[in-house]
Amino acid sequence: MSQSFPILSLMLAVPMIGAIACLFVSAQSARWIALGATLIDLVLGAILWLSFDMTPGAAEWQFTEYAPIFGKFAWALGIDGIALMLIALTVFLMPICIGASWEAIKDRVGEYMAAFLFMETLMIGVFAAQDIFLFYIFFEAGLIPMYLIIGIWGGADRIYASYKFFLYTLLGSVLMLIAMLWMVREAGSTAIPVLMAYDFPVEAQTWLWLAFFASFAVKMPMWPVHTWLPDAHVQAPTAGSVILAGVLLKMGGYGFIRFSLPMFPDASAEFVWLVWGLSMVAVVYTSLVALVQSDMKKLIAYSSVAHMAIVTVGLFAFNQQGVEGAMMIMLGHGLVSGALFLCVGVIYDRLHTREIDRYGGLAVNMPKYALLFMLFTMASVGLPGTSNFVGELLALMGIYQASSWVALVCTTGIILGAAYMLWLYRRVVFGDLVKDDVRAMPDLSKRELALLVPIAAAVLWMGVYPESFLAPMRGNVASIVARTEAVRPEGDAQLAMGKGKPTETHEDHAEGAH
Amino acid sequence: MDSLGVFASVLPEITLTIAGLALLMVSAFAGDNAGRLVSWLSVLALGLAGVLLATPAVHAGGLVFDGLYRADAFAAFAKALIFFSAAACVIVAPRFFDGDGGLRAEYPVLILFSSIGMSMMVSAADFLTLYIGLELQSLAAYVLASFARKDARSAEAGLKYFVLGALASGILLYGMSLLYGFSGTTGFAGVAAAMSGELSTGLMFGLVFVLAGLAFKISAVPFHMWTPDVYEGAPTPVTAFFASAPKVAALALTVRVAITAMGPSGSAWQQIIIFLALASIVLGAIAAINQSNIKRLLAYSSINNVGFALIGLAAGTAEGVASVMSYLFIYIIMTVGSFVCVLQMRDKDGNPVETIASLSGLSRSRPGLAAAIAIFMFSLAGIPPLFGFWAKFLVFDAAVGAGLTPLAAIGIAASVIGAFYYLKIVKTMYFDQPAEPYATARSPIDYGIITGCAAIIVAGYLLNPWLDQASAAAAASLF
Repeated sequence: MSQSFPILSLMLAVPMIGAIACLFVSAQSARWIALGATLIDLVLGAILWLSFDMTPGAAEWQFTEYAPIFGKFAWALGIDGIALMLIALTVFLMPICIGASWEAIKDRVGEYMAAFLFMETLMIGVFAAQDIFLFYIFFEAGLIPMYLIIGIWGGADRIYASYKFFLYTLLGSVLMLIAMLWMVREAGSTAIPVLMAYDFPVEAQTWLWLAFFASFAVKMPMWPVHTWLPDAHVQAPTAGSVILAGVLLKMGGYGFIRFSLPMFPDASAEFVWLVWGLSMVAVVYTSLVALVQSDMKKLIAYSSVAHMAIVTVGLFAFNQQGVEGAMMIMLGHGLVSGALFLCVGVIYDRLHTREIDRYGGLAVNMPKYALLFMLFTMASVGLPGTSNFVGELLALMGIYQASSWVALVCTTGIILGAAYMLWLYRRVVFGDLVKDDVRAMPDLSKRELALLVPIAAAVLWMGVYPESFLAPMRGNVASIVARTEAVRPEGDAQLAMGKGKPTETHEDHAEGAH
Repeated sequence: MDSLGVFASVLPEITLTIAGLALLMVSAFAGDNAGRLVSWLSVLALGLAGVLLATPAVHAGGLVFDGLYRADAFAAFAKALIFFSAAACVIVAPRFFDGDGGLRAEYPVLILFSSIGMSMMVSAADFLTLYIGLELQSLAAYVLASFARKDARSAEAGLKYFVLGALASGILLYGMSLLYGFSGTTGFAGVAAAMSGELSTGLMFGLVFVLAGLAFKISAVPFHMWTPDVYEGAPTPVTAFFASAPKVAALALTVRVAITAMGPSGSAWQQIIIFLALASIVLGAIAAINQSNIKRLLAYSSINNVGFALIGLAAGTAEGVASVMSYLFIYIIMTVGSFVCVLQMRDKDGNPVETIASLSGLSRSRPGLAAAIAIFMFSLAGIPPLFGFWAKFLVFDAAVGAGLTPLAAIGIAASVIGAFYYLKIVKTMYFDQPAEPYATARSPIDYGIITGCAAIIVAGYLLNPWLDQASAAAAASLF
C-alpha cells in the first residue's frame, strides 16, 4: 500500500545521503552524484504527484508519517495539494540547478554540490513538515547552506551579501519561534493540522500574526524589508539565484498560506491594510526601480519583489480566486524567474559581465537563446498562454472583489513589468551586433538547451492547461478560504449582479464602499 | 541513616579524594616524568566517579551529614557533566604542554581537587558546604590559571583571577553572614523558611550579595570583567576547563540556591536573574564582535551562553530548571568541542596560535577541522538543525511557559547579534584566502573528541527523549 511507504522521508534522505557522499569524492563524481540524487528525487516527486489522491473528499493530508522520536516534537510529515505543488517545483528545479553549475563551478565542487543537496532536503522538509517545530528547524536551517553558497562561490561583494542575507532572515525569524512556543502551549499540540483548526484568542492573534509576519515578510520579501534580495541575487552563483528566486522566496508565501491565514484569521483581517499597503508600494516602487537597473540580475531580483507583492495581495483577498492565483504566481514565478536567471547565467558564462549595456544584438548570433529568452520574458510579463498570466489574472480578480483600488494599483505592476522586461529584452537581444566580443559568443550548447527547454515546456503547460496544477490545490485552498470566511473584508466592488430593486442595491453599495 | 549509608552517598567524592591524594604522592616521588601516567589515572578516577553516580545512594535525594549535603538527581546530573569535562580537559592537555617542557603531574591532580570542590558545590544543602566547595574549586583554579609559569600572561591571569575571585568570595561570605544573621541558620531549608514571610531588609541584602558573589563565579554581566583576561592568559586546556566544568558547577549551584534557599521570595531574585541574563546576552554578544583572539572570543561567548541559561532559571519553574540542565549538557559538548579545535591551532614550529586571522582559509588546508569548528560555531549561534538551537529552544520555552514572553522575545532577538561574530569565524575559515597552514600533528584522541562532540551536535535531537527525562528528574529533585 503506497500510503504506508515513507516516500517523504525517502525524498528527504536521498539528497542528504548524496550530500554526505559528495564531500568525500572527486569533483566529477560529486557532479554525477548530485545529478543522480536530484533526478531520483524528481522521479519520486513525479510518483508523489501521480499517486496523490485529488478526488473530492480525499484526505486533506496525505502520505502522512509520524514518529515521536524527538521528545517535545515529532518527526511528522504529510502534504496537502499546496505542499505537493511546491515540492514538485523544488524537485523540478534542483536537477536544473545542478546542470547549471556543471561547468560554471570549478572550485570546491564537492562542497558546492553537498550544499545544494542539503538545501534540497531542507526545502522539501519545509513543505512536508507537519510539526510546527520541525517546520521551524527546516525553515531556519536553510540559512546555513545558502550562506555558504553565496559566501564561497559568489561574486566580488559576496561577503557583505552573505552576512546581510543571513542576519536579515535570522532576525525576521526568531520572533516567530517565540510565537510558536506560545501557540503550542495554548493549543497543547505541535501538529500543524491541529493548530490550523484551533481558534486562538483574538487579542493574542495580533501579536502572533505580527511575529509570523516579521519572518515571512522578510523571506517573501515584501517592501521595505526586501533589500537583502537584490544583494543576495547579484552575488550568488547562477544556480544559487535560481534556487533563491525559485523556491526560497516561496517559503514566505507558503508560510502565509499555512500559518497566518488559517491560524490567525482575525488578525489577518485586522492587518489587511498593512499587507495591501506594503504590497501596493512594492508593486509600483520596485517596478520603477527595476526599470533603471543596469545589472540584469538586479533587474530580475526587483521584478521578483514586485511579483511577490501580487502574491501577497492575492493571498489577503480572502477568496478562492485570490489564493489560487497567488499559488499559481508562486509556481509560475518559480519557473520563470529561475529560467531568467539561467538565461543571464548563460551569457554571463560567456562574457563575465551582467551589465546590460555590454550586450546587444544577440538575436543575430544566438537565435535559439533569443527565442527562449523571449518566451520567458513574455511569461514574466504575464502574456496569455504562459504560466504567469493565469496566476496574475486570478490574483487580480480575487483582489478586485475585495478592493478595487488595490486591484487598480497592482495592475499597473503588469504594465510596468512589461516595460522593464521588454526594454531589457530589447537592449540585450535586439539592436545591432556591434561589439566584437558579443559577436564571438556561441549559441546555446546542448547542456544549456537541456536546462531551459524543460522549463519552457512547463511554463507553456501551466499557461495552456492550468487545471493540472489547480486541481490538487482546490480543496485545500477552499478550506483555507473557509477559515477566513467570517472575517473576510466587505469588498467595495460588488461583482454579484443584484436581482432586487435598484434603489436598495444602491444603498448596499454605498454602505459597502464606506 | 547508618554511618555506612552516609558514606555511600559521597562515594564519587571519596573516590576522587583518594585518587587525588594518592596521585599527589605518585607525582611527588616520581616527578614530572609521571605526568602522562598520572593523567591517565586521573581520567580513570573521574570515569570511576562518573560510574558511581549511577548508584542509588548518590542520586536518590538523601540529605546526609546533618543536612549539609544532598545527594540528589540534580547534583548527579551536574556531576556527570563536571566529571566528563574535567576528564576531557585532562586528556587533551599533554600535547599542549609538550612545547613547554612536558606536562607536569600537578595539572591532573589540581583538576581532581577542583572536581571534588565542584562536586561539593552542586550537592550543597547548606551555605557552609557551598563555601567550602567553592573555595576548594577556586583555589585549584587559581593555580591552574597561572600554570604556564614561564608565560607572563598566564601569571597575570592567575593573579587577576585570584584577586577578583577573593573579592567575590568576600561578597558571597558577607551575603551569607547577613542571611545567617537574619534567619538564624545556614541551611538552605532554614533560610527558605525565614524568607517565606515578609522579606526583611537584612535578608534582602543577604540575597543580593549572595547572588552577586555567585554571578561573579558564573561570570554574568556586570561581574564578568575577569573572564576575557583569564581565558586569554591561561593555557588553552585550562581555559577549556574554566569554560566548562566550573561553569556547570557555579550555574547549578546558583540554580539550587535560588530555588531551594530563596524559592519563597521568588520575585526578588527573579528580577536580579532577569537583569543578569539580559545584560550577559547583550554584552556577551556586542563585546565579542571586535575580538581578534579566539580565546577571548570564546570567553565572551561563554558570558553570552550564561545569559541564555539564566533565562531558564528566571522562569523559576521545574521546567525552567530542567531547561537549564539541558542547556548545560549541550553547552558542555559545544565548549569542549570548540576548545579541542582551538588546541589544534599550532604554527609550523608547534607553537599555539590564537588569532582568528590565522584561521583564514582553513577549509582548504584542513577541511575536517574547519567543518567541525563551523558546526560548533553555528551551534553556539543557535542555528537549527544543530543541537545548540535546542538548548536555546528549551530555555525560551520555559520562559514562555512561566509567562515571561517579553523576556524570551528580547533574549532571542539579542541572539541575532551574537550570531554575527560566530558567522565571522565561519567566514574567516570558508570565504577568506588561505593563511599559513597549521602544523598537522596526528592526535587521534583529540580528533576522536572533536568527532564525538560534533556528532552529538549534529544528531543530538535523537537524544531528546533521554535528555528530557534526565533533566526533568534533576529538576524534580529541587521542588
